[in-house]
Amino acid sequence: MRFGSLYRLTVTVLPMSGEVAVIEFESVSKTYPGHAAAVAEFSLVVPSHRSVVLVGSSGSGKSTLLRTVNRMVEPTSGRVLIDGEDVRERDPVALRRSIGYVLQHGGLLPHRSVLDNIATVPVLNGIAKREARTAASELLERVGLDPKLGRRYPGQLSGGQQQRVGVARALAADPEILLMDEPFGAVDPIMRRDLQEELLRLQAELHKTILFVTHDVDEAFLLGDEVVVLREGGVIAQRGTPAEILGAPADDFVRDFVGADRAERELSIMDIDGRAVAVDGSGRPVGVLAP
Amino acid sequence: MNWLTLNWPQVIELTRDHLLLSAPAIVLSVLLAVPIGRLAHRRPRLGGAVLGAAGLLYAIPALPLLIIIPVLFGIPLRSPATMIIALTVYGLALLVRTAADAFGSVDPRVREAAVAVGHSPLGVFWRVDLPLAVPVLLAGVRVVAVSTVSLVTIGALIGVPSLGTLLTDGFQRGIPAEVATGVIATMALALLFDALLIAAGRALTPWTAKRRERLLPRAETT
Amino acid sequence: MNLFLDALAWLADPAHWTGPGGVPTRVLQHLAITFAAVTAAAVLAFPAGVLIGHTRKGAGLVGAIAGAARAIPTLGLLTLLGLALGIGLGAPLLALIVLAVPSVLAGAYAGVQNVDPEVTGAARAIGMSPRQVVFQVEIPLAAPVIIGGLRAAVLQVVATATLAAYTADFGLGRYLFSGLKSRDYAEMLAGALLVAALALLLELLLAAAQRIAAQRITAPAEDTAEDTADLPEIPREKERV
Repeated sequence: MRFGSLYRLTVTVLPMSGEVAVIEFESVSKTYPGHAAAVAEFSLVVPSHRSVVLVGSSGSGKSTLLRTVNRMVEPTSGRVLIDGEDVRERDPVALRRSIGYVLQHGGLLPHRSVLDNIATVPVLNGIAKREARTAASELLERVGLDPKLGRRYPGQLSGGQQQRVGVARALAADPEILLMDEPFGAVDPIMRRDLQEELLRLQAELHKTILFVTHDVDEAFLLGDEVVVLREGGVIAQRGTPAEILGAPADDFVRDFVGADRAERELSIMDIDGRAVAVDGSGRPVGVLAP
Repeated sequence: MNWLTLNWPQVIELTRDHLLLSAPAIVLSVLLAVPIGRLAHRRPRLGGAVLGAAGLLYAIPALPLLIIIPVLFGIPLRSPATMIIALTVYGLALLVRTAADAFGSVDPRVREAAVAVGHSPLGVFWRVDLPLAVPVLLAGVRVVAVSTVSLVTIGALIGVPSLGTLLTDGFQRGIPAEVATGVIATMALALLFDALLIAAGRALTPWTAKRRERLLPRAETT
Repeated sequence: MNLFLDALAWLADPAHWTGPGGVPTRVLQHLAITFAAVTAAAVLAFPAGVLIGHTRKGAGLVGAIAGAARAIPTLGLLTLLGLALGIGLGAPLLALIVLAVPSVLAGAYAGVQNVDPEVTGAARAIGMSPRQVVFQVEIPLAAPVIIGGLRAAVLQVVATATLAAYTADFGLGRYLFSGLKSRDYAEMLAGALLVAALALLLELLLAAAQRIAAQRITAPAEDTAEDTADLPEIPREKERV
C-alpha cells in the first residue's frame, strides 16, 4: 500500500457541493504563558476536498494547529480562515458543530449508547432523535460496524470499534471538513491498518477536506494527498506529496524524520527470471513491479 | 410486640413525621451541594476554602448545632424548620466534597471532546458533566440519606416529634419494646431510602451496569 | 443575636467556672470519657484491623460491621443500653465504644491494606519475618491512615459524649439538657458553643497530626498540602449527634 500512495495520481477532485471548504492558516502563532512558542508564524492552505497530514514529533505543535481550526485553541496572533472567513467571526459552538472532529481516544461520551453518540451533533442541531438514530445506524454500517452494536455503550466496544464510532460521529452532520487528531494512535498496529484502509475507502467516496495529525510518517504517507513535515515549534520543514518528500527530502531533518535512509526505504530492482523484483536495502524482497 | 399492636397508629404518624423531616433535608442538601461542588471543582483555590469550611462545619456536633441554628435564623427551637435546616447544613457539609469529587471524576478528555463536537457550556454541564458525575454523587447521597434518617431521631431531645420520640419516651417510661420499635423503624426507613437510591442509580446510569458485560467478538468488515 | 450575648454572659460568669458543675470539670469529664472510649475501641479494633489488612482476609467483615454500625441510630443505641444497664456511666461508655470501633477498624485495615505490595514484597525479600513486616513496614507506612481512623473516631465520640448527660450527670452535655429542661436558652447555647469549640479544636489538632504523619513518609520536597489528598479517606458515614 505504501507504493500505492507513492504513485497515486494527484487528480484535483471537483467539489461535490457548492461549498469549497478551504482552510487557511495565516501566520498563526500560539504561545502558552511561561513556555516557548508552541507554534510560530505558521501559514498553510489546506485545499478543498483533499487530505493534508501534519506530521511531527511531540512538541511540533501539530495538535495545537489542528485545534485552532475549531477554536478549541485561540491563536495568540494570526488568523485561521475557512472559505475566506476568519473563524473568530463564527460562534464557536456553531463552528464546532459544522466540523467533524475525531480524537485519539475516540472522545465518545461513555454514558450514551453508540447510536446516540453518533447522533450527538444532529440532535444538538435540532434533528428529531428517531430520525438521527436511523441515520446513525446507517453510518455504523458505512464505517464497517454491525448496526447491532448501536445499542451498546462505548465501554463495551474494543478500541478499534470505538475509533470507528468516532469517525461515524464526525461524519454524522455531513460536514465538509474533518479534523483528525491522531485518531488511530491508541489502537494496535493491525487494527490501525484496518482503520487507515477504511478511511481511504471513505474518503474516496466522500471527498471531505481532511486535516489529519499524526506522529507516524508511514501513516502520513499512506493517508495524505499532501504531507507537511513539522519541526519543533510548528515550523514547516517541508511540504509536498509523499513522493516528493521521500524522493527529495529538503534537508537532513526531513531525511532523518521520514527515514529516507532507512534500509527498508532504499529499494533497488533485481532481475529474477525476467521479472523486476524490488528489494530493500537489506536485500529483502518487498514486491514485484507490474510489467 | 404487645406494645406495637396497641400503639401502631402512633408509630405510623411518627414515621410520617420522620419522613417529612428527612426527605426535604436530603433533597435540599443535594440541590445545594451540586452547584457548590461544581464551583469548588472549577475554581480549585476557592474550592479549597469551601471544602475546608465544609469539613469544619461537619466537625460541629449535631445537637449543639440544633441549638445554635434557631438563634442564627430567628426561628423557634422546637420547630420542623430548625430540624430541616440543621439536617440540610449537615448533609451539605458532607456532600459538597463528594460533589466536587464527582465532577473531578469526569474524564477531562470526554468533557473536551463534548466541547469539540459542539456542545454549548450549558450543554456540557447538563448532558455530560452531570450525568457522568451521578455514580460518585449517588454514593455520597446514599451516605447522607442514611445519616440524615438516623440524625432525625435527635430532634426528640429538643421536642420535635419523629421516630426518635419512641426512643426518648420509651427510655423515660422504661418500655424496651418502644425503644426497640423506634430503632428498628428508623433502620427500616434508612434501608428503604437506600434501596430507593440504589434503584434510582441503576435507572440513571445504565452504562455502568452494562460495562461489566462481556465484550462480543469484534465485528470487522474490511 | 441577643441570645448569643446572653450565652457569652453566661460563659463570662465566674460562678460557672468553679465547683463540680463548673466548665473546667465538665470539659475534663467530656475529654475523659472520650479518651476512655477511643482507647478501649483502639485496644479492641486496632489489632483486628491490622490483621485483616495484612492478611487481606475478612474485608467483608469490616464492611458488615461498618454497615450495621452506620444504620443504627446513636440515640437508639444509647437508650437501649440505658434501659439495660440503668442510669449511670456504663451505658454511654459502652455506646461510645461501639461507635468508635468501626472508624478505628477501618483506619487500621485500610491503612495497612493500602501499603504498596511492592514495598512489603521487598521487605520480605530482604529477609524480614512476617512480624517484622507488620511492625517495621506496614504500621509505620499506614500511620497517616491509622491516625485518620482515630481522628474520625474521636470526632464521633466527642460529639456523642454530649448524649452521655442524657443518662448520667456527666460532661458538657449536662448544660444542654439542664438548659432544655429549665428553658434557660443562655445555658443551653453556652453548652452548645463549648461542645462545638471542643470538637473543632480536636478536629484541627488531629488534622494537623495526620498531616505531620503523612509528611514523614513522603518526600520532604513535595507540597505538603497535597500529601493527604492521596490517602484513602476514612468514610465519615455515621451520623454525628
